[in-house]
Amino acid sequence: MSAVSEINEHSNMEDDVLTEQYLTFIMADEEYGVDILAVQEIRGWESATPVPNSPRYIKGVINLRGTIVPIMDLRQRFGLEIKEYGEETVVVVLKIFTSTGARTMGIIVDAISDVYDVPIGDAKNRGLGDNQNSNFIKGLVTVKKHMVILLELENLLTIDD
Amino acid sequence: MSIDLSQFHQVFFEESYEGLDAMEQGLLDMDMVSPDAEVINTIFRAAHSMKGGAGTFGFTQVAEFTHVLETLLDQIRSGQRAMSQDIQNLLLKSVDCIRQLLQDLQAGNDPDLTESTTLKGQFEEILSGQSPVPATADKSDAPVDDKKEEGGGGWLVRFIPEVTLLQTGNEPARMFRQLADLCDNEMQVSLDTSRLPVFTSLNPEECYLIWEIRIEKTINKEDIEEVFEWVTDDAEIIITPLDAGSAQAPVAETKVTAEQPKIEDVQAKPAGAANPVSTEKAAVKQPAKQQESSSIRVSIDKVDSLINMVGELVITQSMLGQLGQNFDITRVQRLQEGLAQLEHNTRELQESVMKIRMMPISFVFSRFPRLVRDVSISLDKKIDLIMSGENTELDKTVMEKIGDPMVHLIRNSIDHGIEKPADRVAAGKPETGTVHLNAYHQSGNIVIEIKDDGAGLNTDRILQKATEKGLVAEGANLTQEQIFDLIFQPGFSTADVVSDLSGRGVGMDVVRRNIASLNGSIEVSSERGRGSRFVIRLPLTLAILDGQLVKVGEEIYIFPLVSIVESIQLDDRAINNVGGHSDVLQLRDEYVPIVQLDDVFNIEKEKRSIAESIIVVVETDGEKIGVVVDELMGQQQVVIKSLEENYKRVDGISGATILGDGTVALIVDISGLSKMSGTSAKILDGSHKAA
Repeated sequence: MSAVSEINEHSNMEDDVLTEQYLTFIMADEEYGVDILAVQEIRGWESATPVPNSPRYIKGVINLRGTIVPIMDLRQRFGLEIKEYGEETVVVVLKIFTSTGARTMGIIVDAISDVYDVPIGDAKNRGLGDNQNSNFIKGLVTVKKHMVILLELENLLTIDD
Repeated sequence: MSIDLSQFHQVFFEESYEGLDAMEQGLLDMDMVSPDAEVINTIFRAAHSMKGGAGTFGFTQVAEFTHVLETLLDQIRSGQRAMSQDIQNLLLKSVDCIRQLLQDLQAGNDPDLTESTTLKGQFEEILSGQSPVPATADKSDAPVDDKKEEGGGGWLVRFIPEVTLLQTGNEPARMFRQLADLCDNEMQVSLDTSRLPVFTSLNPEECYLIWEIRIEKTINKEDIEEVFEWVTDDAEIIITPLDAGSAQAPVAETKVTAEQPKIEDVQAKPAGAANPVSTEKAAVKQPAKQQESSSIRVSIDKVDSLINMVGELVITQSMLGQLGQNFDITRVQRLQEGLAQLEHNTRELQESVMKIRMMPISFVFSRFPRLVRDVSISLDKKIDLIMSGENTELDKTVMEKIGDPMVHLIRNSIDHGIEKPADRVAAGKPETGTVHLNAYHQSGNIVIEIKDDGAGLNTDRILQKATEKGLVAEGANLTQEQIFDLIFQPGFSTADVVSDLSGRGVGMDVVRRNIASLNGSIEVSSERGRGSRFVIRLPLTLAILDGQLVKVGEEIYIFPLVSIVESIQLDDRAINNVGGHSDVLQLRDEYVPIVQLDDVFNIEKEKRSIAESIIVVVETDGEKIGVVVDELMGQQQVVIKSLEENYKRVDGISGATILGDGTVALIVDISGLSKMSGTSAKILDGSHKAA
């Protein structure tokens, strides 16, 4: 096994290997994963209230049971081409704990895919250059022969302009 | 039985702070010549319960310090010692000292004992030295007075509690632990189980045990009495010197010989084990304590009315529920009635919930008598503080933040405002100056006035200073209000001598900023030689805002109703263009800069002409701007939600709210908007000269 290791889905895990679960979603034909413990809920896309003078990838804020939650378009955050929102478009609401406290934010993705177990420390971050998006990526793993990009949420959800 | 005492610490601290406030209040009110017995009693009681509490929770530093305080107070109470200015000063200093100790303990730090040790020395000097009656003879009514110092061989304490002892919340183990500390564990506890009933009639909540404690160390009898101080009504406590009682002791001991070793074991364990546990807990606790949870005391009336309202809400809800189960169109009338009822209920509920956060402003005011006293003594001025409207209620958050700005304003009044007694007499004014604090409600705001009868603001000197500092242009012609406004500019200070109280040039701008951050405003008016008056206006609560909904393109924004001066619809001719870039509106006799909300906020929409739009004239920091919007919608109370919590601060936006349909609308921050539009200030200067 080389830089990227093979992971089997759910079963066949060695008992003594600690794993983390990742929720994955599809965006521009690539599969991305986020730590499942950070996922608050998954909801359909509904229009958000735009916030003045915010970055283009912030689509606005929504009312999530009384809390004001910003919504980020992940395609635009990564500089991918813009896609019209449709039936399958979902918002993954994530909650992360940073030094300044908890922060809740929604990300718009094309479609939800699956949940995988990934052994801790298995994600490899080799060969990724220092481009504008490498900050957002925790590492790559291979699941069922294809690549999953694990996201570094704290960097992803920190907005500074 | 081990109860985690730390869960009560918060309550202890709060009660102690209240006690300290009461002591301070009492000391300040006290008439030196013939002190009111009730006031002294209040002070004594506060000190006493603080000592008890501190002892219970193991804050020995506080307990020991309050003990000497209490001894002195006790002498004053019983008339053995006269109150004097020195004692008052010392007691006030001790109040500060205890407060500091408590704050350190609360923060989980080791308290700094230098201050308390010094003060304690002073107390002991008073108590021992000049005391007309020796301090130890204080308790001369104690029966074994002459044997008091004779505990040379130790003491035998027979502790016979009433069976109800445990029900009154007293814990014998705690007292024994305290005793063990007193005599460095050189004691033996034996148990007398003669009172134990047969098992079937045993009530586990009652205390049938009798203890006999042999203390084999020379300690004061008073110290032993103090341990049992809280249970004197619930128990019979016989303390006999060990040598005198040696005849009895063996008898008592033989009676329980069989039990003794076992009991000692039991007793030794809690005494030994409890200490490490509690220190360990303290260590673990420390990080958690940093984020202290604040709490408020709510009067039972408010809670009762809340419960009543929730009851009504439940009734309305079940009524509507029933109606919905077999609903047909003929019962629409009843549905509407029910909904109206529901609306009424929720509004009342909201009001009462808000009231829970409301506290009388006396919580802030109460610290000022002390402040005025200290500051006026240090400045050699004579000042009366008059307070009115102390029962005016306002939101707790607002109250916490208004304290510091007020301290600053009051210090300023005393330092810069009120003249020295000689100067006052020369100016034909009474020797003693007055500072008047007043609070009242006015149209959904709370107004706080700070008024003094001092020299008033010296406009010439303010102007001169401002010119020196480059805040205004040489020879500028300013109105009186504009000159007064200069004192709120950053870096402005007129005090000739920089005292430790004021004059460093930080302050008034911070005061204004703090008040502005609470959505409030501050105004000053003044008359030379007659005094000045600061008026602070604050919203009653930070959580709710009266808003005007406006529409720009497809978006709804909310303007705080308080900042709206008027809304007008005009034709294009009313707008003048300055320098080809900024527009101004001629509004009666002044020019008001125009801000296009869609430009500032980058909202994509079809451009409309001014004639089709509406101009909302808003005022902030004394400046007016006209904001161009598409449409005015309704006015409503909105609940303010934080945008920063999950996102970040947005210029020109103070928060968000949720509208009736569940969507989010943003609340416009008027002063931020005026800064963003940028041009406003420059144009306004020009307009002032024109006007």
